Amino acid sequence: MGRYIARRLLWVVLVVVLVTFFTFVIFFVIPPIDPAILFAGRAPSERLIAQVREAFGLDQPFWVQYGLFLKRIFLGDEYGWPGFGLSFVTRSPIREQFLDRTFVTAQLAIGGAVVWLVLGVFIGITSALKRGQWQDRVSMGFALFGVSAPVFWLGLMGLYIFWEKLHWLPGTGYVPLSEDPSQWFLHFLLPWVVLALLFAAFYARMVRGSLLESFGQDWMRTARAKGLSERKVVYKHGLRASLTPVVSMFGVDLGTLLGGAIITETVFNLPGLGTYVVRSVQSGDIPVIMDVVVFAGLAVALMSLVADILYAMLDPRVRYS
Amino acid sequence: MSATTPARGETLLEVRDLRVHFPTVDGLVRAVDGISFEIRRGEVLGVVGESGSGKSVSFLTIMGLITSRQAQITGEVIFKGRDLLKLPVDEMRHIRGKEMSMVFQDPMTSLHPMYRVGAQVAEAVLAHEKVTKKAAAARAVEMLRKVGIAKPEEGARRYPHQFSGGMRQRAMIAMALVLDPDLLIADEPTTALDVTVQAQILDLIDRLKTEFHAAVAIITHDLGVVAEHCDTIQVMYAGKIAEAGRGREMFYNSRHPYTWGLLQSIPRLDAEGAHRLNPIKGLPPSLIFVPPGCAFHPRCPYVMDVCRTVVPTLQTAPGAHPSACHLSDAEKVRIFEEKVLQRS
Repeated sequence: MGRYIARRLLWVVLVVVLVTFFTFVIFFVIPPIDPAILFAGRAPSERLIAQVREAFGLDQPFWVQYGLFLKRIFLGDEYGWPGFGLSFVTRSPIREQFLDRTFVTAQLAIGGAVVWLVLGVFIGITSALKRGQWQDRVSMGFALFGVSAPVFWLGLMGLYIFWEKLHWLPGTGYVPLSEDPSQWFLHFLLPWVVLALLFAAFYARMVRGSLLESFGQDWMRTARAKGLSERKVVYKHGLRASLTPVVSMFGVDLGTLLGGAIITETVFNLPGLGTYVVRSVQSGDIPVIMDVVVFAGLAVALMSLVADILYAMLDPRVRYS
Repeated sequence: MSATTPARGETLLEVRDLRVHFPTVDGLVRAVDGISFEIRRGEVLGVVGESGSGKSVSFLTIMGLITSRQAQITGEVIFKGRDLLKLPVDEMRHIRGKEMSMVFQDPMTSLHPMYRVGAQVAEAVLAHEKVTKKAAAARAVEMLRKVGIAKPEEGARRYPHQFSGGMRQRAMIAMALVLDPDLLIADEPTTALDVTVQAQILDLIDRLKTEFHAAVAIITHDLGVVAEHCDTIQVMYAGKIAEAGRGREMFYNSRHPYTWGLLQSIPRLDAEGAHRLNPIKGLPPSLIFVPPGCAFHPRCPYVMDVCRTVVPTLQTAPGAHPSACHLSDAEKVRIFEEKVLQRS
């Protein structure tokens, strides 16, 4: 197991290095516009551009520039480790704001993940157990709605109903947990639910499908032949085998979300990585975009590693392979 | 093991006119259509027939694994004095696995891939007896030893995919016998195994039935298996019993054209080329549109007019065992001796 994890960690490092390479190429090599001109601001003088170029090492050959970029990420810069660099727009270190926003996005993504897992697994089980009955139809109707309804529409409708009309919710924006726990919860509640609905719908269908597949397996008949209670047959034998695909999907989905939930963050005015990257794209803040992309790549790679390890723990057949 | 071992020969299971019909969109599937038989304590019953003859369905129904939720079930299944078809689901669950248990065809797919073998055997103990997990695990190990798994402590900690096919089937048998049931049903227990392993598993069942005083029902399509190991044999066709008799005698005096066909279809290595295989002509009947009269008549070489209209019932001629065929007993003896024995 230890060797398996070590080998997989090496792969994660390789993936992240590849991600850094492609982002670097995309943002520094391919664009026809010189990053130094972007940084230098409006109507820059030739001298200023040359200064900027030198300050950021942009006058160096491509490989040296890329090496400096890697060095900054992996070894840190003058603002700490890992190095996030200097924003082109604010002319200040990215580090602090980036970490703050990562924290906001993480709260959104993890909270949402809990909601969608609970909801999706519960609905999926109900649906599979009551296959063809009204509970199944209602559940699958919900799943169809969840898959089809756009997140921005759901978010705005939720805000309109629960904030504007019913006044149950205090509004949008971010309140830190340390400042006011109840306000923190109320501000996050709707974002969590809205974000979770889409995923819950997918997961409900997946759990239903894989449970129904388990129900047809020979070992379910063996479990019944042993005289186990129907509860044990379904939850211990059936569900155990059905949860493995959920685990591997969950890792990738959570990893993706950790890189920023752009629409949800925008609708609910949350200062997370999603809104950060959108703003940076608009203002051409290349270092920020690159940081977010690399971080998102790392999140996906790490979370799928975690999912794979969990999968190996759940299913002994894949262990050590 | 029970304190007083009941006498061998006492009726353990009696099935009366069991019918299992599945409603489907295409029509009613008459999987089992009125069968009656009994199993005595200490006896081995062999049930032979092609796929779709109703042999598995009848025993899955007896086990309560096919219920009135899936099928229309009529008749009686009297097990140790109780009609199992009338028992509430919960009481039936306490019989299943404890007093009556089942071993299935494919041990690879019949064991849960994600639980350790020992835990799966122990689970059967825990389902029926109030013992600690540790005690149940110890019994599982002991049982694995009895079914011939070398290093049972180690085997108990392994997962099914780490076992060979024969070991998996041994584990299945351990699971079925760990609570010392009165009846063991083995549904094609050797079909998915290598030929060399098949004999070991059958010998194991033979040995354990004596040790555990259990009656055994072996469901199979392999005539060799029933001839070697069974006290009584019944041949099924299209949901009905075609012929039933005692042990080898049944084959030496077979009274039904379908059984003759089965006997003749045994591959012969001493015959020349095309004569090595003599399959029964035609296909097993649809269980929705069962042929009128005798279900076997479209494939029967000795078909008479009466066979096309009248359903034959199990009849016992003097000195013979029951068979469901319109031919006269003298005629059956003549054909069997002339056509079937000649060739085998």
